[in-house]
This record gives sequence, structure tokens and C-alpha cells, in this order.
Amino acid sequence: MQSWIPLVPDSASTLSWKVDALYFYLSGVTLFFSLLISAVLIFFVIRYRRRTPYEIPRPIAGSHKLETLWTIIPFVIAMTMFGWGAQVYFQQYKPPANAIEVYVVGKQWMWKLQHATGQREINQLHIPVGRKIKLIMTSEDVIHDFFVPAFRTKMDVVPGKYTTMWFEATTPGTYHLFCAEYCGMNHSGMTGSIIVMEPREFDNWLSGNAGSGTPASQGQQLFQSLGCASCHGQNGEGGRGPTLAGIYGQKTQLQTGESVSVDDSYVRESILNPQAKLVAGFGAIMPTFQGQVSEDQLLQLLAYIKSLAGGQTQAPATAGTPAATNARPAGSPTQNLK
Amino acid sequence: MRPIEYYEPPIPSKVNYINAQYGLKSWLLTKDHKRIALLYLGSITFFFFIGGIYALMIRLELLTPQGDFLQSATYNKVFTQHGIIMIFFFLIPSIPATLGNFLVPMMIGAKDLAFPRINLLSWYIYLLGGVITIYALLAGGVDTGWTFYTPFSTTFSNSYVVATGLGIFINGFSSILTGLNFIVTIHTMRAPGMTWFRLPLFIWSHYATSLIMILGTPVIAITVLLLAFERVARVGIFDPALGGDPILFQHLFWFYSHPAVYIMVLPSMGVVSELIANFSRKNIFGYSFVAFSSLAIAVFGFLVWGHHLFVTSQSVYAGMIFSFLSFAVAIPSAIKVFNWTATLYKSSISYDTPMLYGLGFIGLFTVGGMTGLFLASLAVDVHLSDTYFVVAHFHYIMVGGALMGYLGGLHYWWPKISGRMYPEGWGRFSALVIFVGFNLTFLPQFVAGYLGMPRRYHAYPPEFQVFNVLSTAGASILGFGMLIPAIYFVWSMRYGKRAEANPWHLPGLEWRTPSPPPTENFAVTPIVTWEAYEFAPPEETQVVGKFGPELEQI
Repeated sequence: MQSWIPLVPDSASTLSWKVDALYFYLSGVTLFFSLLISAVLIFFVIRYRRRTPYEIPRPIAGSHKLETLWTIIPFVIAMTMFGWGAQVYFQQYKPPANAIEVYVVGKQWMWKLQHATGQREINQLHIPVGRKIKLIMTSEDVIHDFFVPAFRTKMDVVPGKYTTMWFEATTPGTYHLFCAEYCGMNHSGMTGSIIVMEPREFDNWLSGNAGSGTPASQGQQLFQSLGCASCHGQNGEGGRGPTLAGIYGQKTQLQTGESVSVDDSYVRESILNPQAKLVAGFGAIMPTFQGQVSEDQLLQLLAYIKSLAGGQTQAPATAGTPAATNARPAGSPTQNLK
Repeated sequence: MRPIEYYEPPIPSKVNYINAQYGLKSWLLTKDHKRIALLYLGSITFFFFIGGIYALMIRLELLTPQGDFLQSATYNKVFTQHGIIMIFFFLIPSIPATLGNFLVPMMIGAKDLAFPRINLLSWYIYLLGGVITIYALLAGGVDTGWTFYTPFSTTFSNSYVVATGLGIFINGFSSILTGLNFIVTIHTMRAPGMTWFRLPLFIWSHYATSLIMILGTPVIAITVLLLAFERVARVGIFDPALGGDPILFQHLFWFYSHPAVYIMVLPSMGVVSELIANFSRKNIFGYSFVAFSSLAIAVFGFLVWGHHLFVTSQSVYAGMIFSFLSFAVAIPSAIKVFNWTATLYKSSISYDTPMLYGLGFIGLFTVGGMTGLFLASLAVDVHLSDTYFVVAHFHYIMVGGALMGYLGGLHYWWPKISGRMYPEGWGRFSALVIFVGFNLTFLPQFVAGYLGMPRRYHAYPPEFQVFNVLSTAGASILGFGMLIPAIYFVWSMRYGKRAEANPWHLPGLEWRTPSPPPTENFAVTPIVTWEAYEFAPPEETQVVGKFGPELEQI
């Protein structure tokens, strides 16, 4: 924010200049037409002011030629805006490959975030420059919205489903994080910051803040403690329940004959409402875990199942760094979130 | 000017619709569309005043970055109630229920609306909805935002959601009945010779508005009903904890609430067409294009609700379709603006107060409409949605557009409605003050929005303060500007100069009968032999030289 009254916010992601460019184009067209209309209006109002009380101007018939002209020109201009906007929108919402995943849970009125390497944060997110970051988000209560003006992007955080967004920061610094969807009493307090660091600094931060195990390893513990293993196998190899190893990202056949791709929302649905989409060959024997697992735990189970798919970097074996329990300051709010 | 044929009674009479009967009962049980229009005028002014006080509280709170004037819970109720009151109880009924009620029969040469009793019923329904909503506000208020997003509204809010919803639900029926009445009246009660293409554009825009009222309002009624079911009976419709889908609510809500924007602005466009033509003594350039663009807006307006959901994880492809359609719906509005401007070419423009509002409308609506393109443009909307840019945009449409049209129309027809002239000097002065105050209030919010200031924030980072100080300063000028007409309209009812039948010397039917009109509007049924806005005989119609032979008369 250099000038006294800034016109654009900090620009800190690979997409922000693309949004700014389109914004300047729109602003230019808007200024041009607003000034044109105003200038013509003011000119007419002065030039054709009523000079004598009883003057009657000669009526003018309309003109199909002019009507066609001022239908087509705005339409063509509008279509350039549409095409340009759609193209950048695609980039904004197309999930990138090989991004660092961060799990986000919104609740009234705070952001809980967990890195794939296990570090937990509240209302803060540390990220390195030059890496694509993908957020997998859900809410414990009402709809929130993860909004980072400096990255020119936002996405609603909706209870009952996972939404994703991504960005790649370009400039180190501290940037606003806002909740942009009205969520109740302390909505305007549901803010935080995105701290963008040079990669080496970020690595230092990571090693100094090791969490209580990665989400995948915590998911594995839950997998045991919730009794999932008794049907799905100790390592998800299957049994009375369908196999989980290697299934994520694949297609699976349902009892109904349909096939469904195993993604975040299918895994979530199968835990909370197992009867909804039964895998072919298995009975309706799994109980619902609705109300027994928190959103945080669901994300951990998801991370574990993803890790069983192979090819993922978050294998449970790397879990549980020794510093786990010491890293988080005692009395940290993470303990009392639920 | 052609001689204007008046439909005055053979013997001048002092009896008009205002003094035809006396007593409270004669007003509360009236079936006269003009009296019902006045009942509406009184009630919407009351609601506008309440909504205005809430606006003032919002601006005071936002003067400083800290939440120091109101508590956050109170602030949330204040902006919610500002929205609910202004939209459902002021803007939606404003022009149709007052000016429309008064003028639709008069402009087409009818004695009344097709269903006078239903017309009175619609006012009582409006009043009932209003009373229930006021009860909800007094009992403790509602804090969901006027958008009632689920599951906050169904599960988490501890405020009077159901009572407020009931008020809105009931109020909707008054809209539906008004729309129904207008459509039947316009179809069946036009005076002999008043063909569709001789109708003033005010009538066309009310016809288009009525279509939206009839087709759209039931959807908000259903949506509010479902919301109440879930909140009271815990039937899972929207709350995922009960098996519902929270985004479904947004689809249903905006399926009505986006067209509702056109319920607010289309009648205003109709008023502006009257103002531009009549105060420049010129037929509207491209009459049929202006008329059909109203219908196009009414139809396409139903297909763009998804542009409110670009950041809800709606499918990217759905987003593209809604973005395309949103750009398409901007075209008929652009056509109107160009035709209004072209109407002024080689005309005879007076600077009376109504015309100042009409010209102000064109400028402000252009800004409002063009900034709508930012929000229709997918990538930019991702950044701008739920920021102050959106707030500024829709205030340009609703205040700069709908309210300017309403005030312009009220000044224009005030001599007909009240039989008295308002003070012209004060009128021009206040129009200017309102224009300046409005722009100072809302222009800075575009910048604050792009910088990222989210809407519905009770406290905000200090770097946004400069814009909020400007806004608050503008709002106080705007509020002051609004007080002036409120005072002189009341003053003029008793002390204003008596108005002639046709103080502006215009050809429209409503000006060919005394001011105020008799209860039956016209002493004899008018026979229409002239086109709309016919100031000069048709044989004098000029073809613009430059475009020569291609020009056709419409």
C-alpha cells in the first residue's frame, strides 16, 4: 500500500495480477461509457435546454440502424469480459496437481488449519513462496468463506461437504485472511493472517513447529480406535468391509450397478451415511459415525485413506515426529476446540 | 403543440377523490385505487423512515475501525433489519403500489383497477406482514442478514427468524395480488383507442414487473416456509446435520431475490421513460425497443440467479452459463440508457425537479449497471463477492436507480396526487444534495471493496477507515437531502400553490382530468386518438438526416 489512497490491495499470488488486469479492463470500459453517457447527457441538456415556454421540438422517429448498433457493440464488449473472466476463473478453481495440502476447518468464529506434515495453526497459515497450496475445507457449523484479498481468491467453507481452493504465493509478507460469508455474532472477528515465507524460512518454521503427528498418522490411530480395522482390515486391506487400500482416486462399483469415483466427498459420505452408496458385494452392516467423529477427525481419516492409495507423500510411517507433544505450547486453544 | 382534449366534467366541480368522502372509515374501506395508493404511500414512508434510521446506525458504527458504537450482536441485527425493511417493505412496493396504483388506471383511461377489493386486500396483507415484522424487530430482532442463509438461520441464530419470515411470507401475497391486478387491468381495461403501442412506457414496465411478481414471489414464499419447517420442526432440508443441503437454500432464495431486483428497478425505469420524454417534450427514441427491453429483462432476469453462487463451489460450468446469461441481461438495460439519451437529441429540456431526478437516474444507473458487469465476470467476482464492492453496486441500482426514480415520479405526479405544487426551488436543491450525498456515500465503497473489505463487518482493519469516513459523511448529506422533500411534501399539502389539471402541459391521459382527479378519474370515457408522447402532429415527424432512408418510423 504505497500511495496515500491505494486502489488495489497487495498483490501476492500468481493469479492476482491476472485478476487485476481484467479488473482494470472492466474499470476502463466502465469509466469510458459512464463518462461518455454523462458527457452526452450534459451536452444535450445544455444545448437543447428549453428556450421559450411553448416551443415544441420536431419528433424524431427511432432508428433500427442505431438500435442494432447499440445492441451489438455492448454485446461484443460484454462477451470479451465473459470470455476473459471465465478463462481466469478456470485457473482459479482448477485444482492443481502436486500441491501441498492443508486442511481447514471453519467454526464460529475461528479458523483451524492443519498442515499435511502435522502442524496445527489457529487463524494463521504459514506457507512458502513458489509452491502451490491446496486447501481442503469444511465447516463445523455454518457457512464461512476463506478470503485472501492479496491472492484475489475466496471460496465458501460449507458444512457437510469439502470445498477446495488453491493459490501460489509470490511475495513474502503477512496478508489478511477474512471470513467473507456472514456467520453470526463475531463474523468480523473471524479474521487471521496468511504468512508467506521464503522456502528456507518456511522449512525452519516447519521443523520448529512439528505437530502431534501428521493428519494421516492421526487418521490411522482413529482407524484403530474407532474399530474401522475390524472390518476393513488392519491396513485397510478389506474383510467384511470393502478394501480401502489403493482405492482413493479410483472408480468403484456400487451395488446398484453404478460406479462412483472415490473422492473426498464419497469417503466422507461413506463414513457418515454408510448405507447411501454401498460397494457391490457388501451388506449394509456398517453403523453411521455421524456425531461420533468431528470434522477434524474426518479430515484425518480422509488423509489416512488417501495415504493408503500409494504414491502419496503422506505415508503414515513418517508420522509422529518426536517433537510432537512439545511443539504446541501448553494450553494451546487447539485442545479445547470442540 | 396540438390542442389537448380534456375530460373534465361539464360543470366544474370541487369534488375530487380526496374530499369525496370524509372519515377514517372512508379511507380504510375505500376501493378507490387512488386512495389505496395514498394508504400505501403513508405506510411505505413509515418503513422507509425505520430503514433509514438503521442505515444511519450502520454508518455511525463504521465511522471508526473498532466496534465501539454498537455491540456486534446489535450491529448484525441493525444491518439485517435495514435490508429486510428497505427491500421487502419499501423498495418492492414503492413504485408499483403507490405510483403504479395511482397511475395505471389513469394512464390507460380506466375508472379503477380490475379488482378494486383485491387491491384493498393487498394493502391489508402488506400491513399485516409489516406489523408482524415490526413485532419481530421489537421482540428482539433478527440477525441472519436479509439473505437468511442456512444453516445459520435454521439452526444457529438465536433471533426472531420465524416471525420475520412470517412477515415476509405474508407480505409476498400483497405483491402477487398487485401484480395480478395490474396484468388484468392492462389487458382488459384500456380505453377505446389505447392500443398496446400507444401505452406509456410506465405501463409496459409495470406489466413486466407484474410478471415477475406473479412468477417469482411464490418461490420466496415456499423458501421461507421450508426454512420455517426446518427451524421449528427440524425437518432436514438445508442443514447438513439433518441431511439437508445448505446451498439449495441459496438457489431457491436467489431464484426470487435476483428477479426481485428487477421488481425494484423496472418500475423506476418506467418512471424515467416518462420523465425523459415529458420534460424534453419528445417521443421516446425507439419506443418499442424500450418497451420490449422491459419484457426481456423480466424473462432473462429469471435465468441469472446462479451468479450469486460463483464462490459456493457451484460447478465451474454452471458458473460459466450463469455468467454468460448475466452479461446477456445487461444488454436490454444498455439499450434503454442509449434510447433515453438519444431522446434528448434536438429536444426541449426543462430543468424541473423531476427531470433532475430522471437525468440523475441515467447517470447513477449507468454506474450501477456497469459495475454489475464486474460481478458477472467470473474471475473478478471471486475476489469481489461479499465485499463492499457488492454493497456499493446494489446501492447504485436500488438507491441510485429505484429510489431516484421513485422520488422523481413522486415530484412529477405530486400535483396530480395532491392537487398542490411542491416548492420548485427546494425541490431542485434537495435533488442536488441527494445526488452529491449519494455518490459520496457509495463511490468510496467500490474502492474499499476491491481492496478487500468484507461486507457485514462490525469492525474492520484500520486501512479501510478513510473510505468509511467518506461514506459516513456522504450518508449524512444524503439523509439531510431526504429530509427536505419529506418536509415540503407535507407542507405543500396545505400551503402549496394549487395545481392546474395539467401543470406541465403534457399530452398523457392522466393530465387530461382535474388535479386531484374525481373518484371516477374521467368525467367521460376518453377515446384515444394519439400516440404516446405525441407533442406535435405525427406529420411533423423528422427523420434524422444522417441516417436517411434506413430510418423507419416505429
